[in-house]
Amino acid sequence: MSERKIRIMVAKPGLDGHDRGARVLARCFRDAGFEVIYTGCHQTPEQIAASAIQEDVDLVGLSCLSGAHRYLFPRVVELLKQQEAEDICVIGGGIIPEADFPMLYDAGIKAIFTPGASLDSIVAWVRENVRPDF
Amino acid sequence: MENTKKIREGSVRTASRLIRNIEDRHPEARAAIKKIFPHTGGAHIIGITGSAGAGKSTLVDGLISAFRKKNQTVGVLAIDPTSPFSGGALLGDRIRMQKHAEDQGVFVRSLATRGAMGGLSKAAGDAIHILDAMGKDIILVETVGTGQQEVDIMHNSHTVIVVLVPGMGDEIQAIKAGIMEIADIFVVNKADHAGTAQLIRELKNMLDMAHIPDDGWRPPVLTVGSAFETASFVENLNILSEKIADHHQYLIHFNELKNRLRRKTRVEIRDALRSCILDPVLADLDARGELDRLTELLINKESDPYTAAEEIASRYLRKIPIKQTKKGGIVR
Repeated sequence: MSERKIRIMVAKPGLDGHDRGARVLARCFRDAGFEVIYTGCHQTPEQIAASAIQEDVDLVGLSCLSGAHRYLFPRVVELLKQQEAEDICVIGGGIIPEADFPMLYDAGIKAIFTPGASLDSIVAWVRENVRPDF
Repeated sequence: MENTKKIREGSVRTASRLIRNIEDRHPEARAAIKKIFPHTGGAHIIGITGSAGAGKSTLVDGLISAFRKKNQTVGVLAIDPTSPFSGGALLGDRIRMQKHAEDQGVFVRSLATRGAMGGLSKAAGDAIHILDAMGKDIILVETVGTGQQEVDIMHNSHTVIVVLVPGMGDEIQAIKAGIMEIADIFVVNKADHAGTAQLIRELKNMLDMAHIPDDGWRPPVLTVGSAFETASFVENLNILSEKIADHHQYLIHFNELKNRLRRKTRVEIRDALRSCILDPVLADLDARGELDRLTELLINKESDPYTAAEEIASRYLRKIPIKQTKKGGIVR
């Protein structure tokens, strides 16, 4: 019986070259049986949204350690919406103060994982929340 | 709007979802391909193959720029391996191509091999049709990192580029069968590294020994240096794109394009038969528990693979005479 393979894009928006976390996560998603597209560092939200649509991913995982997440994360959600791709789920991670969580959730970010989050908990969240229809 | 129309008008969302439906073997995917198939055949399909880390993605990125300068639209299929353990994949070819992400004339799609062994994915052939129907002038198909004999790309493209790097072996490697035979163009990449002159010499020796008719196509050997030396890299890629165009002209002029299309179509028929005959037979055997029973029989030496297969074939295949219709279709 055929079923959907979950496709995820891991992306690093903005001027931030610290991609160890993004790479660890990409590898972990691979080991969980997902297909992971990694776009590398220094991406604009425009590049990320366009790539997510070209790749038909179910989920975009944004990693940001520079402090610019208040602009970059909501912008990706907004661009996807503009291009009628609001069904693509966006989550975020990195160095994100808890005080910023409410504004990010309001902007449409579905989950936020900060240092200390276990890889298992992230994979479990994906399995629970990302169920592409067939 | 109907999906075929959307794809022909260039809808990235529709095209990308259809590619995914093919990969996931969605029941509706086959019908969609039937509809778009008549609208294919316009694109020049270029295969890029070579070992892991040879620089294929960087070359594809440079080629996209070169073709875009000539106002040609480009579709890219970039293939990376699926894990034999988890079934997951890390698709990283795009990293090198991200400067084109927002260009409306470029569509890049990553595919995982999902168990295919020939350097492509099973969905690659249909994905090429989809990009073709979108009206892309050029389709670049980047294979998974290849070794010696993953040559499926030759059945799926018009022009094959084999990318080599210096320091990978002696002259005997250059005259072995397999991937060295399928090149229409050789690129010696990372030509700023030691061993480049020797590799070029070996390739030229190898080509001298091949029996190429006087009016035939002798694969050119091009060199490309570091991508960080921007000016010379861009120039080398322009030369490569010109050679690709020359090869396309050669194929058209000498009627080779038709031969390659025939070769490609035969493979497509074989693959389609496999999915219409073999796959359902296997699924049926599996559902009935027959596959398990046969496996045990063979392990206990109570049967052998050929007897088992003949028995299954006689059960599923009935020979029914075939009549041809006027239009060339087949009726019973």
